[in-house]
Formats: sequence, structure tokens, C-alpha cells
Amino acid sequence: MSESTVRIEEIKPPSSDVGMIGWVRHHLFNGVFNSIATIVIFGFLIKIIPDFIQWAFIDSVWFTSGKECHAAQGACWSVITQNIRFNIFGYYPFEEQWRPLVAMIILISMLVYSRDWNRWNKMLGYAWALSLFIMGVLMKGGLFGLVPVESTKWSGLPLTLLLSFFGILMSYPLGVVLALGRQSRMPVIKAFSVVYIEIIRGVPLITLLFMSSVMFPLFLPEGVTIDKVLRAQVAIILFTAAYIAEVVRGGLQAMDKGQYEAAESLGLNYFQMMRLIILPQALKIVIPPTVGILISAFKDTSLVVIIALYDILNTTKSILTDPEWTGFSTEAYIFIAMIYYICCFSMSQYSRRIEKQLEYKHTPTQGP
Amino acid sequence: MTTEQTSEQPSTGNSKPIIEIIGMHKWYDDFHVLKDINLEVQPQERIVVCGPSGSGKSTMIRCINRLEEHQRGQIIVNGTELTRDLKNIERVRTEVGMVFQHFNLFPHLTILENLTVGPIWVRKTPKKEAEELAMHYLEIVRIPEQAQKYPGQVSGGQQQRVAIARSLCMKPKIMLFDEPTSALDPEMIKEVLDVMVDLAREGMTMIVVTHEMGFAKTVADRVIFMDFGEIVEENEPNAFFDNPQHERTKLFLSQIL
Repeated sequence: MSESTVRIEEIKPPSSDVGMIGWVRHHLFNGVFNSIATIVIFGFLIKIIPDFIQWAFIDSVWFTSGKECHAAQGACWSVITQNIRFNIFGYYPFEEQWRPLVAMIILISMLVYSRDWNRWNKMLGYAWALSLFIMGVLMKGGLFGLVPVESTKWSGLPLTLLLSFFGILMSYPLGVVLALGRQSRMPVIKAFSVVYIEIIRGVPLITLLFMSSVMFPLFLPEGVTIDKVLRAQVAIILFTAAYIAEVVRGGLQAMDKGQYEAAESLGLNYFQMMRLIILPQALKIVIPPTVGILISAFKDTSLVVIIALYDILNTTKSILTDPEWTGFSTEAYIFIAMIYYICCFSMSQYSRRIEKQLEYKHTPTQGP
Repeated sequence: MTTEQTSEQPSTGNSKPIIEIIGMHKWYDDFHVLKDINLEVQPQERIVVCGPSGSGKSTMIRCINRLEEHQRGQIIVNGTELTRDLKNIERVRTEVGMVFQHFNLFPHLTILENLTVGPIWVRKTPKKEAEELAMHYLEIVRIPEQAQKYPGQVSGGQQQRVAIARSLCMKPKIMLFDEPTSALDPEMIKEVLDVMVDLAREGMTMIVVTHEMGFAKTVADRVIFMDFGEIVEENEPNAFFDNPQHERTKLFLSQIL
């Protein structure tokens, strides 16, 4: 053997298989179809992107009146900057708008802080109770010298967040209970759950909202009124819970019967078995579809427009009906889309994080 | 609790049987799976149940801790009759340990947590004490070093030993084994059987559904042969294997030995 012979361990994979070139070959140009698709898509992007940049950034105006906007070539971001307070806070009294702002900041900070469940303890529970109370007082007023604000004036982003937050928070446990109810051996509970789920899933959310707003008050005795926002909130919770229930039922059915039997044979009662053994596994299986439902519940809160509540989508629409700003719907909706996107994307990222954390080892490892 | 006595009295000893099954029948819809089962088990007795698949042997022992419901007859475990009464069922289950063919460990809990969940939630044992108890039984089944792992990380034989330890942590008076070695690779069967033999020597009352005839010969006080939902024959192991009385027993033994 000559000295130039390399030892086997030192042989590297061919340069065409690794690094940048390898990646491009494997991911963009493996096969005729993929190569064509790559070229077509790149061509499309090259045509689109410069125009978009020109429109959105180079020719755009940012802090002008509507008149100047109509004269400008590019995007009119002024529609957002000039109307930002109405867009976000809607009809909430102008001088008091710091209150929903602070409430939202508290809510988001609490959510961000609570994202890691190692931090979940009694203190955090009290902190949440206190925060919810403070947020309530801030929104509603009437205490500590704050001017009372009718809930009919609550609008914009705070309303969207309120409806989504409580919608998700309450519908999830309710959905789990309904799923368990549907599996129950007790006929009454089972029948109730089935009927509830099937009826709610059989009607669109709009119908429920409409009923809660128009029909429901007809059944109340005279003089009794229930807050409109609350009614919408309840409709959203009831609606979402039915969908959650079916997804959770799927998770329960995916469970091995042996898990129930092992839990029972240890003497665990029904609630212990569900809480300790079955639900932790079943709910984990259905995280992806559950998050799908919660995300669509978040987006569906925009349907409250049908009962004349002004969520953030509806305040945007109101702005666009102003003659000064008509015609700039693209810009306004891009802004709203971004807000929705940030929220939805955070939810889906968070769910993936939870899935990772809950992953337990399946593969045998070597030795102790 | 008083129960109707059958004409047959226990043939061995004068102690009170810990399990009594009297004229028990079970149907799956129209299918008659268990037909007139009568069985008495004395404390510390080791019984091996064998028979062809579908003979109802698993169903029978699953009735003893009410994983299956019987429709006629009586099952009395340690003085408690199994009825629809949930209290009774839960009481019996805390006294009867069960080991399954497919282990049925809880995959989302560590091995230690698998062992402590019963004591902590059913027996209300403090966590620390429950963990000490768990470690004690993990030593008995010879895998204390695996305590912090998840079930999916250990071999089948080890999983089954964890499952045995999990049942033992409830300090049961009776252990039921439902084909504990059937799902194991051959080289792992012995480690599980060894643990079961130890358990038998300690004086545990055991009912074991198994095809391990070697185990039956060394450990069992009595072997029961079931076929078509009936107890066809029961005898001491030597007599059972050397001199089976029934045609069906002979046929079965000729097939498996």
C-alpha cells in the first residue's frame, strides 16, 4: 500500500452530498418535477417581491392625512397610524383608554410568565386571581374612583382578547367533561352529552351568537337583562366546548384498554383513574387538533360583528367607512392580519413546545 | 357477610377459603363463556390455570377482580361478595393484585411513579413512605437501578417485573397473573418466573394463568384445566401431568408438552 492511501475513517462523503450544494441538490433539485417546481416558484417570487417592496416601503406614506394618501403611489400606512387608538380600543372612552391598555399588558405578561408550568404554584394562582380582578376593575370601572364604562363600549383588541381568553380557558375543561360524559356508562349523562354535542356542532356559531343576542332575551322575565358581551362569551364557550369534546373523545378512544384495566386493578376510582392515568395520555395525543380548534375559536371571535359588538375586525371596518380612509382596506387588513397571525402563531408554537415537554422516552436505551 | 354455602366443602384443611366462586356463569351477549364455575382457594394456595386459548381461563380470573362482570352465581373474595356495589369492588381490588400479559405499565410515568401511584392515591400513604415502599419492591424484583426511567426505556422482562412490583406495592393478599410471560421474548421468561417463584415461597396466594408447565410443576399446589368455559379437571400437579383423567386434558397436554 502506498503512503497516499487514506485510512477508512478519514474518508469524507462526496462534496456534492454535504454542505450548501448537497442541501440544494437534496431539497430543491431532486428529480425533474421538484426542479421544475423550484424554478417556477423562484421565478414567481422574483417577480412579486420587488413590486411588493416598492409598494409597501419605498412609495408608501406613513403619517399623513387621508388626502395625501390618495395622492401617494404606494401603500397608505397612515390609515393605521392615524386611527390606531380607535382601531385598538374602539368606542372605549378616549380619556380612559389607558385602562384597557394596562389590562392587556397585565394579561399578556401573565400569559407569558405562566407559559412554563414549572412556575405553576399557589402563588401564581393568587397572582392570576388578583390580575383578573384588576383587569375587571380596569375595564369596568366604578371602583377606586375609576369612571364606570358600560361593557357595550368595550371594543377593539381588548374585546377580542377577552372573548378569546375566556373562550379558550372555559371551553377546554367543559369539552373534556363532555367527552367523559359521552363515554359515561350512566345513560342520562351520556344522552345529555351526545345531544348537546350534536346539536351545537349542527349549527353555525353565527346562529348561536344570534340566538344569544336576539332570542335569548325574549325568554328572560321582564326587567332582567344579561350583559351582551357575556352572552356572546357564553355562546363562544358552549360552541367551542362541543368541538373540543369530540377531539378529546378521539384521544380517549385511542387509549389502550389495558391502561384502564391496570388503573382499575390498582383500586383507583374513576376520577383518580381519569386524572392520573387516562387524561394525561389522551389529552397529549390530541394536542395538535385541540390547538387547531382553539386557534379557530380565537379567529371566530370576529363573528361577534353579527351582534354588533365591535371587536378589532369591526373597528377596522368602521374606519374604512370613513370617506377620508375608504380605499385603504388592503393596508388596514394587512395590519389586522398581522395581529391575528402573531396570536395564532404564538399559540401553535406554544403547543409544539408543550408536545416536546410531554414527550416521554419510548426507545430502549443501553444500560442503566 | 353471610353467603349461601354449597354442598361441597373445601377438601383441604379447615381454614376459611380466601376466594370462593360458587356456580358462576358469564355470557358475552349470547355466548356462554363461563359455565358453572366452582372454585375455592385457600390462603397461601398457588393455583395454575391452563387450557386452550378461548377456554375462558383469562375471563375467569378477570372476574375475580371484577374487570369482567359475571351474570350468575357468587364470587366472594376475602369475605366480600362482588356485586354492582362500587365500594365492594374497590375494596376487593385493593386486596387483589393483577399482572397482565402486556404489562400495562403507565407510559407517561416513571417506573417509580408507576409503583407509587396506587399507595399514594388509594392507600393515602405519604409520598416519601410510598417511595421507600416502591424501592423495597423494586429490590425484590431486582431492578432498583431503573427507578427513574420510563417503562418504554426498559426491556419487556423488566417491564413485567415492574408490573409485579407495582401490584405488590398495594400489599395485596392475592395475586392474579394473566399469562404473564406470553408476550415476552424467550430469554426474558426466566427472570419473570424467578420473581414469581420467590413470591410463591413467601406464601402469597396466587392464581396464575400460564402455559409454563415447568412453573406449574414446581410451584403449584393445584392445576386447573379449563376448556369451553368449564373447569374440566383439577388435581395436584404430579397427578395432573402424569395421570390426566379426561380425554380433553390428555389431548391438551399432548399438544403442549
